[in-house]
Amino acid sequence: MVSFKKPNLDSFQERIHIATLFVTFCFLLLITRLVWLQLVSHGKYALLAESNRIALVPAPANRGLIIDRNGIVIGRNYSALTLDVNAEEVKGNVDQLINDLSEIVAISPRDRRNFKRSLEDSRNMGTFPLRSMLNETETARFMANRYRFPGVEIRARSFREYPYNELASHLIGYIGRVSQRDKERMQTEIEGAKADDPDALQASFLPGIQYVGKIGLEQSYETVLRGVPGYDQVEITAGGKPVRTLSSSPSVPGKNVVLSVDIKLQYLVEQLYGNFRGAFVAIEPETGDVLAFVSKPNFNPNDFVEGIDSVTWKELNDSPQKPLYNRPLKGIYPPGSTYKPFMALAALENKKRTPSQTISDPGYFDFGNHTFRDDKKGGHGIVDMQKSIVESCDTYYYMLARDMGVNMIADFMRPLGFGQITGIDLQGEARGVLPSTEWKKNTFKKPEQQKWYEGETISLGIGQGYNAFTILQLAHAMANVANNGIVMKPHLVKAIEDPFTRNRVLTTPKESYRIDLNAENIEVIKKAMVEVNNSGTSAAAFKGTGYQVGGKTGTAQVFSLNSKDYKHGSTAEFLRDHALYIAFAPADKPTIVIAMVVENAGFGAQYAAPIARQALDYYIEGKWPKEVPEWKRAP
Amino acid sequence: MEKSPLIKVKGFFSSIFAGLDRQLGFILLGLAAVGFFTFLSASQNTPVQIADELRNLALSFLVMWIVSRIPPKWLEMGAVWIYGFGVALLIAVAAFGLIKKGARRWLNIGVVIQPSEIMKIAMPLMLAWYFQKREGIQKSWDYGVAAVILAIPVFLIARQPDLGTALLVFAAGLYVIILAGLPWKWILPFIGLGVIGILLIIIFGGTICAHDVVWPFVHDYQKHRICTLLDPTSDPLGKGFHTIQSMIAIGSGGFFGKGWFQGTQAHLEFIPEKHTDFVFAVFSEEFGLLGNLILIALFFALIKRGLAISASGPNLFTRLLGASVTLIFFTYAFVNIGMVSGLLPVVGVPLPFISYGGTALVTLGFGAGILMSIHRHRRLVQS
Repeated sequence: MVSFKKPNLDSFQERIHIATLFVTFCFLLLITRLVWLQLVSHGKYALLAESNRIALVPAPANRGLIIDRNGIVIGRNYSALTLDVNAEEVKGNVDQLINDLSEIVAISPRDRRNFKRSLEDSRNMGTFPLRSMLNETETARFMANRYRFPGVEIRARSFREYPYNELASHLIGYIGRVSQRDKERMQTEIEGAKADDPDALQASFLPGIQYVGKIGLEQSYETVLRGVPGYDQVEITAGGKPVRTLSSSPSVPGKNVVLSVDIKLQYLVEQLYGNFRGAFVAIEPETGDVLAFVSKPNFNPNDFVEGIDSVTWKELNDSPQKPLYNRPLKGIYPPGSTYKPFMALAALENKKRTPSQTISDPGYFDFGNHTFRDDKKGGHGIVDMQKSIVESCDTYYYMLARDMGVNMIADFMRPLGFGQITGIDLQGEARGVLPSTEWKKNTFKKPEQQKWYEGETISLGIGQGYNAFTILQLAHAMANVANNGIVMKPHLVKAIEDPFTRNRVLTTPKESYRIDLNAENIEVIKKAMVEVNNSGTSAAAFKGTGYQVGGKTGTAQVFSLNSKDYKHGSTAEFLRDHALYIAFAPADKPTIVIAMVVENAGFGAQYAAPIARQALDYYIEGKWPKEVPEWKRAP
Repeated sequence: MEKSPLIKVKGFFSSIFAGLDRQLGFILLGLAAVGFFTFLSASQNTPVQIADELRNLALSFLVMWIVSRIPPKWLEMGAVWIYGFGVALLIAVAAFGLIKKGARRWLNIGVVIQPSEIMKIAMPLMLAWYFQKREGIQKSWDYGVAAVILAIPVFLIARQPDLGTALLVFAAGLYVIILAGLPWKWILPFIGLGVIGILLIIIFGGTICAHDVVWPFVHDYQKHRICTLLDPTSDPLGKGFHTIQSMIAIGSGGFFGKGWFQGTQAHLEFIPEKHTDFVFAVFSEEFGLLGNLILIALFFALIKRGLAISASGPNLFTRLLGASVTLIFFTYAFVNIGMVSGLLPVVGVPLPFISYGGTALVTLGFGAGILMSIHRHRRLVQS
């Protein structure tokens, strides 16, 4: 029996040994794997486990207010009830949930689209508004049905509001939902912050921001207004449910920006423009404070905050009136006769004319084989410098331009700010064109185009030709002359205000540079401009002022602002001349300068000067014109 | 002379434990203790009751004790009947079993049972019985018969579908066949093919897992499973999620672990099936590599002891049965830890004595009971 079984048992035992080896091998394999995971890669997995369990929940910061120079709030926040949905809870059946909710509260297709977009955009957890501004009935109805909707709740959220709607829309701008491009910009901001900021975590939280300034001051002062979002460090489950708060960091509200703009003046001017298109800039020369910054027509920035609907957008975007176009900042116009005082000053400074030196004006000026005509048939007769400004004599300036030459003109105009970026605190400023031989060489490709022709200089004298400036530049140049050559950078915001202490920090009243101008020469020009309003082209508009005003009218041939686009509009109207006007007042010690254009209105004296008159009456004497509705504070 | 009560109690216990293998008993107690403590942590915030786990453990040890009292001879006599009964139940399942989650695995006979579980014991019993019958007169075609005995239930289980159980039943039978003396010249080519196959998959994993590549003979979801194993990050929120999260749990445990009840992955629900199939991730996160080494050492000791007991079995039947049961313990442990640590594809295999679950514990208790019984009836140790 034993001898029979023996060989079999041996073979069995041999196989048991092999099995033991196999088991040992397999277990060593497991141990290797575990050593790999738990020793070698421990750091990596520990980090992963941490990031797994910790989520940062944003606590948005209150956006700073936008306040005018007199304390009137023109950009503010209000709190409204919002239906908030937790992204984690609805994964998979968003549409079903929205359908169910829409039986209780009204949900527009736009709400649905916006909500789904925010869901897609956000990889991390968080709650997103589905419907905002719930009314009482809706709130009550939802509360009664609340048990049916886990992960949906009513919350008070802060919304941006511009209480005066269209007023000052181009300078305030608006905020909107963060776009992909905004995100990328913020990313660079974060990376910049990480390098030198101990509070990098806060900065890294910028992606939690849902709204960002898109244009205007909302955009250029975004980082001031935004504040620093806070966050809660929350331990979460795999399902994204918060378990407990590990730490939290409060948000720091954004700072208020205090404008140098007088919003009542702004309102008045916007009203005075009526249905006219145009741009109006008023500056306090001594400080560079921009007092009014008007672009007509306007739009309502409130339409943009929660995402503009396509109908309104199409209307605004397709309108031949171009209401979205920031005219004082981007629109470039030939300055027309408003350029003459600057030309005259250039002549004095370059000793090409004395004030008393005269010319004889036959009503035209021949240069080469071209005749440049004067406005006045038969001419102005004997013309000295003052008369040339008061009566706006073209021939005087044709000759002056010829005598100075393009480069001498350009060299004088450049420091005044013509064709230069003024550096105002808005993005997207147009540079315009201050012609010079060098400019032409750099601008055109073909050699025959690059050459400057003497004849081209002539019309520069009357603010035509290649001259193309923004109304902001014109106002800036006027301010620089009014301020006797001391150049102040124009700015819309004059102070940053702490939202709690109300402490204000002045931002920009700094002198940029000084132009070396002869005070007597400036006096000559100022005096001539005052005379313009006493007996000259705009005397009618300024009859009976209780203060002295220097001014100059201008009429510019339509030249820019995408004139080809206007053709399918009412061509006749859009081809009419632009009416321009510049002014400073009171003449002896100017507190305000104005540059303005009324597009396609005709003569400057007729259309632009009266607006300037009423604006000055208000600003200097506090007189409110009868035909303009009284200013009312927003509720 | 009246015996003192203390001695009576002592006598009672010694009679209860008489003949049980102490080494095996302590190893099993050790594993059960690890299982229980891990369960306490893993079951936090789940509706599973501690009482259930205690009852299951008790039941498992009770089954073990009862089976240890059964002489191997009886098992030998019952082998064919148990196997036949099991196959009959599997056919019944195929005919009118309950369907849950798309699989037809259960039978309602008052209580819901899963007949494939019976096959884990019935299969080695049957094959060990067969080779015992053919002892000494074994022919080549005996392996063919064994293959048929093996194939029928494996096929029935695989088409339920329950690949995990089919795999274990197949392994249980295969162990018997190999240990019964399947010639090496038949085994080695398969091992060779397997190794080459695994190497090919590892090397060409990227290519063959491309979306438009269709694998012959394999369901899409099976392909997906293997591909996810090769690169769990390819589907981080779907099939790969579980593997990634359990790997994070294990890896973040480090050498000493995060401490009992301190595993964030476990307690924040990142680990799927955390008290059943993935319980190892919980243990590993909280007790670290140190705990893992102890646990693997316990399993290794269990297998060494099981194989030693088998080798001392009184006849071929007991030796084949014991060794197969032991190697099934090993397979459970290896496949489970392998899958939880991302080394093997995810198949539903519990970790012996650690995972929560009554059926598995009873089956394991039964297996341990067999080993105990074999030990009781071992050949006389050569002096």
